[in-house]
Formats: sequence, structure tokens, C-alpha cells
Amino acid sequence: MDEKVNCTKCKCGKEDKFLKKLFTIYKPNKDNLIQMLNEIQEHYGYVPMYVQQELSEFLKIPMAEIYGVVTFYSRFSLEPQGKYKISVCLGTACFVKGSQKILDRLSERLKIEPGETTEDVLFTIDQTRCVGACGLAPVFTVNGEVYGKATVQDLDKVLDKLLEQEG
Amino acid sequence: MKTLEEIHKIRENKKKELDLRVNTNADTREKHILVCQGTGCTSSKSPDILKNFKKILKEKNIENVRVIKTGCFGLCAKGPIVIIRPEDTFYAMVTPNDCEEIIQTHIVEGKIVERLLCKDIDGSKAKSLDELSFYKKQKRIALKNCGVIDPENIDEYIAFDGYKALETVLKEMTPDDIIDILSKSGLRGRGGAGFPTYKKWEFTKAAEEKQKYVVCNADEGDPGAFMDRSILEGDPHSILEAMSIAAFCIGANKGFIYVRAEYPIAVKRLQIAIDQAREYGILGKNIFNLGFDFDIEIRLGAGAFVCGEETALLESIEGKRGQPRLKPPYPAVSGLWGKPTLINNVETYANIAQIILKGPEWYSSIGTENSKGTKVFALGGNVNNIGLVEVPMGTTLREIVFDIGGGIPNGREFKAAQTGGPSGGCIPKEHLDTPIDYESLKEIGSMMGSGGLIVMDDTKCMVSLAKFYLDFTVSESCGKCTPCRIGTKRMHEILEKICDGKGSESDIYKLEKLSKNIIKSSVCGLGQTAPNPVISTMKYFADEYREHVIDKTCKTNECKALAKIEVIPEKCKGCGICQKNCPVDAIEGEGRDIRRINQEKCIKCTTCISKCPFKAIK
Repeated sequence: MDEKVNCTKCKCGKEDKFLKKLFTIYKPNKDNLIQMLNEIQEHYGYVPMYVQQELSEFLKIPMAEIYGVVTFYSRFSLEPQGKYKISVCLGTACFVKGSQKILDRLSERLKIEPGETTEDVLFTIDQTRCVGACGLAPVFTVNGEVYGKATVQDLDKVLDKLLEQEG
Repeated sequence: MKTLEEIHKIRENKKKELDLRVNTNADTREKHILVCQGTGCTSSKSPDILKNFKKILKEKNIENVRVIKTGCFGLCAKGPIVIIRPEDTFYAMVTPNDCEEIIQTHIVEGKIVERLLCKDIDGSKAKSLDELSFYKKQKRIALKNCGVIDPENIDEYIAFDGYKALETVLKEMTPDDIIDILSKSGLRGRGGAGFPTYKKWEFTKAAEEKQKYVVCNADEGDPGAFMDRSILEGDPHSILEAMSIAAFCIGANKGFIYVRAEYPIAVKRLQIAIDQAREYGILGKNIFNLGFDFDIEIRLGAGAFVCGEETALLESIEGKRGQPRLKPPYPAVSGLWGKPTLINNVETYANIAQIILKGPEWYSSIGTENSKGTKVFALGGNVNNIGLVEVPMGTTLREIVFDIGGGIPNGREFKAAQTGGPSGGCIPKEHLDTPIDYESLKEIGSMMGSGGLIVMDDTKCMVSLAKFYLDFTVSESCGKCTPCRIGTKRMHEILEKICDGKGSESDIYKLEKLSKNIIKSSVCGLGQTAPNPVISTMKYFADEYREHVIDKTCKTNECKALAKIEVIPEKCKGCGICQKNCPVDAIEGEGRDIRRINQEKCIKCTTCISKCPFKAIK
């Protein structure tokens, strides 16, 4: 999370090198909005407000339109994501094998709803559609690492381990 | 840049070298160890297996053995899968620690590692892929190269007649010839609706405009479907070749592949394939020196189911919110940036090159009267052999679920199969013998869809399943038109009410009426098909709805508010296992007492049911 706060618009005054580079790779063409947002989401973990403002100036699109696109697609988020993003697959194959129970348990333990992030920005719960590992259903992933044929007990173990690591 | 002669030479040389991949009697001293690198196997450490094999071979200084990464073999339930060619030995559920033994026993000593062979449904151990019942009824056309070639190596694609169809088309055919071939083949769109492919091509070709586009719809959003992903991961060049053929046919010189960002492996392999094709001069200017220009770009989706709808997809490529446009005008007339655009699904494209090479008569000899060729299904849910299957159209559901899928696990009974994802419906037991094609599925209230096929056993509540799909549609509705945006929300609320035990008979009537209105008045396919899961479950499982609203019970205990978990006193041995496992201490009793469940404390998690060794809780 180190360089993510460095930006042109916040008080740190440091230059946001990533954004500067992005503006040289892409032409200021409206069509590039989603592609650029994908890279921004990947880099920062979310789409910060000041980045939206910069984008708006660069692409000559009103802020409202950018906000509209960001909120339309589930991949983009407006809030910083937790250090550990735990995604429970709710694709049909996982659902019929009981992934809802895993999601419920996760919400219960972290005391947040799916889509939310814990206050200490450690965990984000995400409910995803099919991750394509239907052969291993039900699955959940922690920062992209897949845990297959998962049970509530497996989830507990993983959570315990992560919590211990973080003290 | 390669000339045509050079490509012919590559094909000739590589064909000999790779004969062992498809021919068990190949005349060679080489062996190829094929390791699946599809998403399923990758999730269970198959990249480590690949690395281990390479490391051990190097350490032991073994020559004549190559380790190859391939796309999906299909039988994902038994992954990670390793196949050794030419003898075609099929090893299942391999771990990185097994590599040493496989190399020592199989490669060095020439014996089979019995314990890693795949157990078939009847309990016998299958030595090769062809011996497995999972593969016996399959016919692989779209998946032809998946699990055979290294998807990141263009030469291997060329070896198996890759880019030969493109060459034939550019040298010998006119656009009308291609349309004629497609028309005779009977190929229909594999994305769901089943519109005849040749008509789309014909309309786009007929549009009078200089600038046209070819688009590949790889936004596979159906939960539980992964056919397109496997093709992109296992055989990306087949899509590039088909798109080039399409571009030549309609007169386009620019193509886009719109693919989900959730498929990182597919995106990476597509990019590698595009780069290689450009390097060989198969994409770019003056392809094969025959005066045809075409190039392809990848566009990433950002997680919106509605973008699978063709006009919403176009909006998204243009960088906007993915909201569908009103039709007409159809994309064939006014598509990307208002120009004529041809959009086909991944699987549709995967069939094109083979139809050109083998002829339309060959293709139309497969399948049923109105649905030709094969269809790929992602078989999942409560079935033994979860994975990817490709069968001729007209294969019955029973054959897919029981012969190929190996039936239902844990001795449970088949209850229903769901096809078409959130747009499709449930098919009950009595329709198991329906031959699967576009029309027959529609007749029984479901649809082909893109090919997700989820099997459900008798522990699944159909009302709660309908609620699950509506929940999906509610969150994926783009919000442009009112019937879909608000209608599906209301339907979901009613279903929630029913599952919470607060429903009444009038709710069922309301659901029916709302369904009809949403189907009639929604703008795009998403809304027009959203009520299907509800309609089909109400039709085939009306009793279950009635139980929920009148008797206030849910037999499967899935609807928690209606569930009542009880100990069967005659069966309980008083072991106390349930008590130890209960997360909320809702089970009462001591020593060898027959246990009681305190209904006030019980959260109906059903842990006790699964833990009881005597099946004394229900």
C-alpha cells in the first residue's frame, strides 16, 4: 500500500508516477476509459477520487460520467480494499455445493457484510460469480489463491491463521 | 514475417514431431508429458507439477522426454491431470510430490503408476483417456486441440492444420462461398439464442460501409459456465483464425475480443497468441502476401453480466456503461461506433475453421435436424464427473448426467438439471430423455444458453434455487428499463418472503403475473429471460411452492426459517458427536441420552446432520 497515497492532489506533494505513465501509454480518447480504469483498479486496489478527477481532465469526460462507469462495473471499487480480499464463489456450481454457508460464516466472523471492508482495512469480503474452478466447488479465494472443496472448518482455519499472522 | 512456404514447412515438420500426441502407435522414441494448465488444475498446483517434472528430468539427465503445458482435458473433478503420450496413460489427482515416482516408474522403468490411475464410475481403473466412460460419448470439435497442443506455441497449432482454413479461404474462396458453406453446415450461434450464423455474416457483409468490425464475445458471465474460457485457454489461435475468416467474409479489417478480466490465464494466452500471429504475419498487413489486412485487439470486461448481451458489449468496448441499445438497428447495420459489426461467441468461432476444412456436409451430418454439430457443456453441481463435455446435438440429458457425468454422488437422487444459467430453466426427472437441442430445450421451458449444466440432487430446494437466480439478476440488471430493474427486484422480494415462511397463495399468482409482464416488456435478453428460472420451477415443482406457502415447510431444510431439524429417537445412539459439533450449543442431553435439539437456539446450519454417523438427525 506504500506509494498509493502519493499523488499530485493530496498534501504529500509527491508525484504520482503511475498515473503519469498511464497518461503517456494511452491516448486521450474516450474509448480508453474502461481499459484505463482496469489498470488503475489493479494498481491502487481501488479508484481514488483524485484519479477520477485527473482522468476527467485527461479524457475530457465529465466526472459524473466516469463515476457512472466506475459504479456500473463490479470490478471497480471506490473504497480501498482490505489487505486480504476473501472472495467466496457464488456461481451455481459452488452454490449448490453449499458456498452460501461459507459466506455466511465469513460475515459472521468478520462482522461485516459481503462487499464491505473491516475497519482496520485487513479484510474485504467479496462474493464473486464463477471463478471457473467448478471442479473444486465450493471454492473461496484469498487474494487470488484458490481454496477448493472448502468447508466452514477450512475457512475457520484460514482465518485463524491470517489473524494470528497479523497479531 | 513468414511466407506461406515457411508456414507449410513448419506444419510438415511439426506434424511428424507431434504425431505422438494423437497416435498411440506413433513411430518415435520420444515421450511427451502433458500437464493441464487450465484454471481448474492451476488452482490445484499444476504449475508446480510442470516445474517439478522439468527439474527432475534435468537432474536425472533424461533425454527424449518433453514436458508440455496444455489446455483443459475436461475432467476437472479429477485434476490435476497428467497424460503421457504416445501411450496415452491418464494420471489423475497428481500432486507435485508424485512427479518423482512418475518419472522413475513410468519413464525410467516403463511401468504404470497404478495408484495414480483414474478410477472410473464402475470402480475399474482406466489406463488411458479413451477407456474412461467420461470420454466415450463425447465428440470433440470445438475442443479438438484443448489438451493436445501447447496453447502458447503457434507452431503446434499450425501442425494440427492451424491457419490452413484461412489460407484456403484467402486463396480460393469468395465471401459468398463462405456464407454458402456456413449456410449448408447449419451452424447456429453458441452464445445462447441459436441464431443461424450464416445470416449474421450475410447481413453484415451486405451492409454498405467502408469501415466494419468483427467482435468475439468472450464475456462468459453465466455462473457455473466455463466453456469459452477453456477454449481461450486451450486453443486461442482457433479464435483468431475464425475471426480472420469472418473479417475477410464481411470486409472488415479490425477485430476486438471482449473478454472477462476475471479470466487472467485466458487473457494472457490470447495476448501471446495475438503477438505470435503478428510476428508470423498472420495478423497485420497483407496477410500471406494475399492482399488482406486484419488485426485484433483485446478489450477487458470489468465484471458486468449484462455485457454478454451484444449491444451492451459494444457500449462497453466504447468505454461506456454496458447498457443495451434498442434493436433494431441490429449490430450488423449499426454496431461499434455506428459501423456494421459482426459479433459471434467464442464457441461459434471455434467451429468455423473445421467446417471450412472438412466441409459443410461433414458438419451437418452431426446433430439433429435443426441443430447441427456439437455443443460444449460445463457440467457441474451434484454430479460425479464435473468437467467440460462436448457432445453431438441430440444427446439426451440422461446420457450426459449418467453415462458421461457418472451419476449423482453419495447415493442421492437426481432432482433437476439447470441449463442456460439465469436465463434458463430447470429440467426435472421426467424430461431426462429429452434430446438436447435448441428447440426441444425451449419446449420444456429451458434454453440452451451458453452451456452451463448444473445438476441438482434431492437435497436442493427449488424455491431457494429460483431465489438464488433472481438475486443474481437483481444485482446484474443494468437499470436501463423499468420492468427488469424493478420487476426482478419485486420477484426477488416475493421469493424471499416465501422462503421466510411468510408467503401466501396470492404470492404465487403475483409471481406468475409479474413474470409475464417482465418477459413482454424488457428491453434486452437479460430481462426477457430473467423470470425463466421461476417459471420453470413453478411449473415442475409446484408442490414445493405450495408446501412453502401453505404448509410452511421446506423438505430439504434449505430455507432456514422453515426448516426444523430433529433427532429421530429410534436411530439416535447417544454418541454426542452432534453436540460436540454444534456451533451454538443447541443440542441438549448428557452421556448416552437420546439428544434433543433446542429449536430456539438452533440456527439450522445442518452441521449435525452431516456429522451424525447414524443418520439419526433430519
